[in-house]
Amino acid sequence: MSDRLPGFSTLAVHAGAQPDPTTGARATPIYQTTSFVFNDADHAASLFGLQAFGNIYTRIGNPTNAVLEERVAALEGGTAALAVASGHAAQVVVLQQLLQPGDEFIAARKLYGGSINQFTHAFKSFGWNVVWADPDDIASFERAVTPRTKAIFIESIANPAGSITDIEAISTVARKAGVPLIVDNTLASPYLIRPIDHGADIVVHSLTKFLGGHGNSIGGIIVDAGTFDWSTGGKYPMLSEPRPEYHGIRLQETFGNFAFAIACRVLGLRDLGPALSPFNAFMILTGIETLPLRMQKHCDNAKAVAEFLAGHPAVAAVNYAGLASDPYHRLARKYAPKGAGAVFTFSLKGGYDAGVSLVSKLQLFSHLANVGDTRSLVIHPASTTHSQLDDAAKVKSGAGPDVVRLSIGIEDKEDLIADLEQALSA
Amino acid sequence: MNHDAYPDNYIRGILNNVKSIAMVGASPANVRPSYFAFKYLAQRGYDMIPVNPGHVGKELLGKPFVASLSDIGRPVDMIDIFRNSSHIMPVVEEALTLDPLPMVIWMQLGARDDAEALKAESVGIKVVMNRCPKIEYGRLSSEISWMGVNSRTLSSKRAPVPTQGMRLCLNRMSVGGGETAASDRAAKNKTEQS
Repeated sequence: MSDRLPGFSTLAVHAGAQPDPTTGARATPIYQTTSFVFNDADHAASLFGLQAFGNIYTRIGNPTNAVLEERVAALEGGTAALAVASGHAAQVVVLQQLLQPGDEFIAARKLYGGSINQFTHAFKSFGWNVVWADPDDIASFERAVTPRTKAIFIESIANPAGSITDIEAISTVARKAGVPLIVDNTLASPYLIRPIDHGADIVVHSLTKFLGGHGNSIGGIIVDAGTFDWSTGGKYPMLSEPRPEYHGIRLQETFGNFAFAIACRVLGLRDLGPALSPFNAFMILTGIETLPLRMQKHCDNAKAVAEFLAGHPAVAAVNYAGLASDPYHRLARKYAPKGAGAVFTFSLKGGYDAGVSLVSKLQLFSHLANVGDTRSLVIHPASTTHSQLDDAAKVKSGAGPDVVRLSIGIEDKEDLIADLEQALSA
Repeated sequence: MNHDAYPDNYIRGILNNVKSIAMVGASPANVRPSYFAFKYLAQRGYDMIPVNPGHVGKELLGKPFVASLSDIGRPVDMIDIFRNSSHIMPVVEEALTLDPLPMVIWMQLGARDDAEALKAESVGIKVVMNRCPKIEYGRLSSEISWMGVNSRTLSSKRAPVPTQGMRLCLNRMSVGGGETAASDRAAKNKTEQS
């Protein structure tokens, strides 16, 4: 037994999965069951008291989901993970562990529109107050820090324009403020960027996107980097203080460097309830096995399409960090050298009307509200994903009225370019 | 030994080789981590000895408490110290008077005393600090994967169904410490600051 480090593709296929103990099944079985029998009363009590490893009830954990959790933890370089019903659920569960009513968290202004909305309205009703900062101006994060700040939230590759965030610079701000840095790594996937390597303490994903990759299953995941010390100053009582739900256990003391993932499971998922279906976990796991192959093709196609658009007379501007002329190109080369992702925006000289016309004429691109599918997708963010924002916020988040967003799939790039060409010229 | 990041082979070698473990600070309160770590290790086939002067005359899962290491009265392979860092010193000092010496001194999650570790290592004792043997056993056997933990190991072999008293195979292919290097680095920085 020598200690060596398998490569990313090996982990994408193997991490967390082992032939089934009872049947020998090699593919991960779908444990489509609500509950698991106990050996005896003592075993049941040990499991409920967090004293033994094992399964109780699928809302708290499931063996299929556990494979998915270990796989993503391994790919991200974290100590543990927790799968939940959606990316949005992941965000609720993470912040529930960190914030008490009246607390604040700082979030990058450039985010998925649904996150902006969730933070602004739903979280406000919990007493969790978001303070916005500009990911292109690191000092704006420093200025936003107050004694009530409990976390900083950013996207590695930001929706919708595919801009690249300087994770290391913001992690320095977080460390100085003594708060964890949460990175939504959905648009990059760990194949392109591993935020933990750059100072993230918590990584969240919408598994729905590139990780699952086939547009068939909603899911979310939380990865614990194991890097944050939750015990200092009583700032994070969910982790540092005795938990009455569990006979006075202190989670950090008991679980060490994966205490945050356990808190998310036993205080978040268990009480809030957004469990992932084992069937979805199976579908997403199958997707992850080909993540490295797909992600490279997504990126290569995206670059070719972006270059085509940049040279087209009807196009006013292309925002894709993979283009040498893009303001985020330097950050893309540092953080995502294998490719700048496959989600980006462009604007047409004909403005809003030209965008609407383009979308209606495309034959291969599907007009829908998702990204990270095998299929190429197109949407007009201002009227859909970012429609809940006011006009100024739309522009600030990169979703102005003239902007069209593409998510490039893994078809042949020549066909994607031909489709765009006919739709632009018609 | 670099006590910031242990190679899996080091931990694996210890857990594969020791048979008896004296747990200093074992608690009879069934909600304390020491209780359930004791219970887990006993279930995995280790010969467990509870050491706690406050509970002499009582038993922990059928094993009589002893007051101190010198009261065990027989050789012991490993001493697992379930005390805070500030209480490590006297336990190690006592361990160093045992004849024969223990093979391993293990300090629990959160506990670390580099000076005592060095002293023990200088007489050939292997030392592990700031780790939990239950978590490490669960990790190397992949049993802990049920909680979404990154075991940092891979295996294409069929897993056994764990039963009472069963020792699990710890010899899975290791992914090394590298995959959770960030956590190890953070622990190291914390040690250097304190």
